[in-house]
Amino acid sequence: MELTSHLASQSFPTLPTYDFAASLDKTETQAARQTVGNPFLENPRMTCRDVAVFYGEKEAIRGINIDVGCNEVLAMIGPSGCGKSTLLRCLNRMNDTVPGCRVEGEICLDGENIYDPSVDVVPLRARVGMVFQKPNPFPKSIFDNVAYGPKIHGFTTDKAELDNIVETSLIKAGLWEEVKDRLQEPGTGLSGGQQQRLCIARAIAVSPEVILMDEPCSALDPIATAKIEELIAELREQFSIVIVTHAMQQASRVSQRTAYFHLGDLIEVGPTERIFTNPRHRLTEDYITGRFG
Amino acid sequence: MNNSKQTVDKAAEKKKPMKPFSVHMNKDLQRRYRAEKWFQRSGIAAIVIALSFLLVLFASIIGSGYTAFRQTFVELDVHFNQDLFKNENIAAADYPAMIKDSLRRTFPEVKERRELKSLYMIVSPGAAFSLQDMIKENPRLIGTQQKVWVPANDDVDMLVKGQMKASEAEDNRRIKDDQLAWIEKLEKDGRLETRFNTTFFTSGDSREPELAGIWGAVKGSFYSLLITFLLSFPIGVAAAVYLEEFAPKNFWTDLIEVNINNLAAVPSIIFGLLGLAIFINFWGLPRSTPLVGGLVLTLMTLPVIIIAGRASLKSVPPSIREAALGIGASKMQMVTHHVLPLAMPGMLTGAIIGMARALGDTAPLLMIGMVAFIVDIPGGFTDAATALPVQIYLWADSAERAFTEKTSAAIIILLVFLICMNAAAVILRKKFETKW
Ligand SMILES: Nc1ncnc2c1ncn2[C@@H]1O[C@H](COP(=O)(O)OP(=O)(O)O)[C@@H](O)[C@H]1O
Ligand SMILES: [Mg+2]
Repeated sequence: MELTSHLASQSFPTLPTYDFAASLDKTETQAARQTVGNPFLENPRMTCRDVAVFYGEKEAIRGINIDVGCNEVLAMIGPSGCGKSTLLRCLNRMNDTVPGCRVEGEICLDGENIYDPSVDVVPLRARVGMVFQKPNPFPKSIFDNVAYGPKIHGFTTDKAELDNIVETSLIKAGLWEEVKDRLQEPGTGLSGGQQQRLCIARAIAVSPEVILMDEPCSALDPIATAKIEELIAELREQFSIVIVTHAMQQASRVSQRTAYFHLGDLIEVGPTERIFTNPRHRLTEDYITGRFG
Repeated sequence: MNNSKQTVDKAAEKKKPMKPFSVHMNKDLQRRYRAEKWFQRSGIAAIVIALSFLLVLFASIIGSGYTAFRQTFVELDVHFNQDLFKNENIAAADYPAMIKDSLRRTFPEVKERRELKSLYMIVSPGAAFSLQDMIKENPRLIGTQQKVWVPANDDVDMLVKGQMKASEAEDNRRIKDDQLAWIEKLEKDGRLETRFNTTFFTSGDSREPELAGIWGAVKGSFYSLLITFLLSFPIGVAAAVYLEEFAPKNFWTDLIEVNINNLAAVPSIIFGLLGLAIFINFWGLPRSTPLVGGLVLTLMTLPVIIIAGRASLKSVPPSIREAALGIGASKMQMVTHHVLPLAMPGMLTGAIIGMARALGDTAPLLMIGMVAFIVDIPGGFTDAATALPVQIYLWADSAERAFTEKTSAAIIILLVFLICMNAAAVILRKKFETKW
């Protein structure tokens, strides 16, 4: 008898007492929790100051302060529904398209507030590209998929130059060798992993400064995932990357810094290695040791 | 302790033997398979019943209509008598006299006035127009004698096609005994035969069944539908795009949506009345014209196209929109570059189905006067015209027996158009179906 109860208490520690459902349904604004670790950087590419996002009355994230550095991969982790995607979509104002969504606070790209009324989202989204969870190539040819961005932003009207942009983007996305002989075939005919790399090529074809990735590998098999992770490491040399991921292994493999979110709060930020080896906040520890999430 | 438990278990097993698992499973499965089979069979039965109704409909229409595609002709030796062309205007010459003259020469034994009159009845009044056309084409024929095939009267046509029985009592048939004898003689001389009925496809309406054709109605329908398509497709697509992609979701757009759905269900005759009140009485547009017909059919087709358009816009996956916005396309570019091309096949299908409905609709056209008896083939949007379904309605109402087959033939033509349009819709959908 004694043995069993001991075992039970070992493998099933009492969970933290937060009631997820109750917290999610709270409509009144509550004070943001203090972030552990230093979220600020010397020379940031993007800065978020006191960012709060509301869907209608409901507050999805609150009091977020975090910087995105140049040439770094910032991983955002946390249980689902904690607001990672919400923050990510604020960084290129994709949340503008969600009816009833309101963003408070200040988000700057190279020192300029992107929520300033004078800012046009069209060039902003060229500077801050996005790769989505599910690969979503246009039902057009591989070439047209990549060439679309440069075309609409008027980068070039010259055919040869456009060819060049498409080629370099596909090379950077590690897809060129696989598709160079079938650029006119539909992008939707590629495999899932290839489609996702095509989407990355499409995003980098407009030479963004920051690339946002929302769980880019969650629909892919392990081999395709490994390829994308390799690619992310290469892309870091040119771009800033913010990646939301469910797989903590992935965060530890690809990122330099990791931010842990919990129910709309930014709980802890720090160098990836430290977060995974020596988390300071109990919630972070519980999450990365797999106790919930 | 373990031992005792085992014995208890064994006892329980003996008391209430478990059914073998597989048998239990089988029974349940069989029941499910039976249910599925029953469901499939009733589905097939429903389709068979529906198809057989359709078959009966087609068989009866084609059975009674196919004869209209052939027409009886009589050969006459016409003398284009110089004396009858005294007038400068060759079109005004007395062609009926030439017909009568040739008939008299074919049957010299007929002398009496009453008999002559019934002799002349063998040939269609339209025969004179055949001669007129010949002379117009080639005036050098004046003064010569020619063998000419002219249409027989509709009663003769009915008799030859077997729709009037010579065995009936004389009082009950429109062809009398003396006429019967003449027709028999013509037939024996090889001067009577049935040919393909080109008149039916090239001329407008007529009081004489053998001269009546569908072409005027086809053109009337064509002009009306052209207007309907040119107006309802762009307006419908624009409305659907605005409502689906740009309009805020609020009370007013909800109200508009409900009303569009209501409009799609409004009986078409109401649109006809509306057209009469607004387009004709208020705007003063000419009545009985394809212009007004097209406008009225536009009112009717518009809600259908808007609803189909919105449905096909909705079916474009949101991931495509996100992809476009994420790369920095404006909302307008997102719609025109990505969403509209993907939604277009669905919109076209909706438009074609709406147009097919408009093609077959009669009631609104009755209201705006497209039901008039119109012989001339309309040459434009503002010429008086009828439409195919209205022509069917008019012929179905006519007393002459020969119009019965014309009615069915017109229905066949209408059905052929409808089948073509619906097939086009299916082909479009198949061809542009995108997989993502
Ligand atoms: N479009 C939306 N409308 C309303 N609530 C939303 C919407 N998107 C996300 N939310 C809510 O915001 C919270 C954060 O969501 P999200 O950012 O998607 O979480 P994560 O990506 O971390 O799983 C969740 O409670 C979610 O229900
Ligand atoms: Mg998410």
